[in-house]
Amino acid sequence: MGIRERLSGNEAVATAMKQINPDVVAAFPITPSTEIPQYFSSFVSNGVVDTEFVAVESEHSAMSACIGAEAAGSRAMTATSANGMSLMWEMLYIASSLRLPIVMSLVNRAVSGPLNIHNDHSDAMGARDSGWIQLFSENNQEAYDNMIMAHRIAENKNVLLPLMVCQDGFITSHSIENIELIEDEKVKEFVGTYHPEHYLLNAKEPIAVGPLDLQSYLFEHKVQQSEAMKNAKKVILDVAKDFEKMTGRKYGFFEGYKLDDCDMAIVCMNSTAGTTKYVVDELRAKGIKAGCLKIRCFRPFPAEEVAEALKHVKAIAVLDKAASLNAAGGALYEDVVSGMFTSNIHVPTVNYIYGIGGRDTKSTEIETVFDDLATIVKTGEIGNPYRYLGVRGGNK
Amino acid sequence: MEDLIEIRWHGRGGQGAKTASLLLADAAFNTGKYIQGFPEYGPERMGAPITAYNRISNKPITIHSNIYEPDYVVVVDDTLLDAVDVTAGLKESGAIVINTTKDADTIRNQLKNYKGDIYTIDARKISLETLGKYFPNTPMLAAIVKVSKIMTEEEFLKDMVGSFQHKFAKKPEVIEGNMKALEMSLKEVKKV
Repeated sequence: MGIRERLSGNEAVATAMKQINPDVVAAFPITPSTEIPQYFSSFVSNGVVDTEFVAVESEHSAMSACIGAEAAGSRAMTATSANGMSLMWEMLYIASSLRLPIVMSLVNRAVSGPLNIHNDHSDAMGARDSGWIQLFSENNQEAYDNMIMAHRIAENKNVLLPLMVCQDGFITSHSIENIELIEDEKVKEFVGTYHPEHYLLNAKEPIAVGPLDLQSYLFEHKVQQSEAMKNAKKVILDVAKDFEKMTGRKYGFFEGYKLDDCDMAIVCMNSTAGTTKYVVDELRAKGIKAGCLKIRCFRPFPAEEVAEALKHVKAIAVLDKAASLNAAGGALYEDVVSGMFTSNIHVPTVNYIYGIGGRDTKSTEIETVFDDLATIVKTGEIGNPYRYLGVRGGNK
Repeated sequence: MEDLIEIRWHGRGGQGAKTASLLLADAAFNTGKYIQGFPEYGPERMGAPITAYNRISNKPITIHSNIYEPDYVVVVDDTLLDAVDVTAGLKESGAIVINTTKDADTIRNQLKNYKGDIYTIDARKISLETLGKYFPNTPMLAAIVKVSKIMTEEEFLKDMVGSFQHKFAKKPEVIEGNMKALEMSLKEVKKV
């Protein structure tokens, strides 16, 4: 029936890692994810897990150690944020191209500079094309649940891709909230034992991992990675079905909140979806048909499914918590509108860059977005599609 | 209790306002509530003004922003009254609880136009008498429970014994003093 608890987002992830009991955890501390390896190292010291904990000297080494461990045939995990993941950059691509299903907790934080330790999604958005599966989490519960589902997705033989579970730094990582935990033995059974097909420590099958891959092969290998990312879509849904059987909690590529009959929708990720739901409820009480589409699965991006779910809406706002600095739209906006365009669905859609560097996003600001959408519905005029929310001196 | 109660804590770094907000979240959780307890992280250092928040509800809480229109405000250090707009957005149907020895007129004057209820408590005296040291957060925790009626005094005291036994597992000698601080505080917090 689950265990009623109250944990911060970081405690929730560390608890999931304890229950998963991976073979190797290699990590280097960085705010706001520091508590995850901190808590986990105490589990190691207290003997509640039998994980080999590698206290490395940098994030580049953390990811390198995970790559070595995973290639050897073991299950490896790590946690990081922002500049920590920037330092892993080279190794992120190595991990995905070597098809190593490493699982990482990414506690989202603004990538410097100037130096900022607070939340936005610039770290995750930077890695959107690195070949990692990216799952986003509204709260501590989803961060925990996504971690429990992660290995089953990543290690599936039709996938074999690394996976990062994202949550908002401080906003959820350091907020104590109610959570329902799953019993240890159920997690163990659900996650299962890792049996890699090919691995370095298999004396019966000597292999090379990561050799030179030039003109005659790299292209085909990238196509295979791309196909694996497509295959991940089915696996993500299959694993979610099994997870729902165990917990009653339903997951898909995204969550539609009062979406089916709405006139205006906000598309967003992580904790802002919770604030948006609160505003949707307030507007619904006034008879205003507002809704929310919360992306859980950003990579692979469910382009057709998102387009289909939004086709009846009269105006859409896509909220990006990372400034893409491309003189066009944010990453999520581009994916949503290109998905709709490709499906021949044309709904007026605007983009808001918001919450940069931990700027708090108030429910009253989300209300102004719905006000703007109501104006678009009424006038039919999109105006400037590239907007800001909650900035001083911006165009909006 | 109302469906959703929002509380804002003002303290100075090192006084335990964040810890108090987490203990309040714990106590409310243990009486079956949905809770949030979170600090607003800035460039923290000893003595700097800090803010922490609680949401306590009978229903699941989805909102994830700071609190701008709190039902209650707790001021752990009265020197903040000159430095921070502690009643900003505070609902007039709510109340503010201040750790101070100042008289009612002085406090009213400092809070300017706030028309809601004002409560004061001498957390320094209580802390020094019961703990021998200045830890204002324990008395302030009891004061806000009393004023906000989030739970009954009995429920609260019963729960806090357990919390302190867990929190102070390695120094059980301080549990009795902390419990005394809570009990004194429940009696001494006064509406001005």
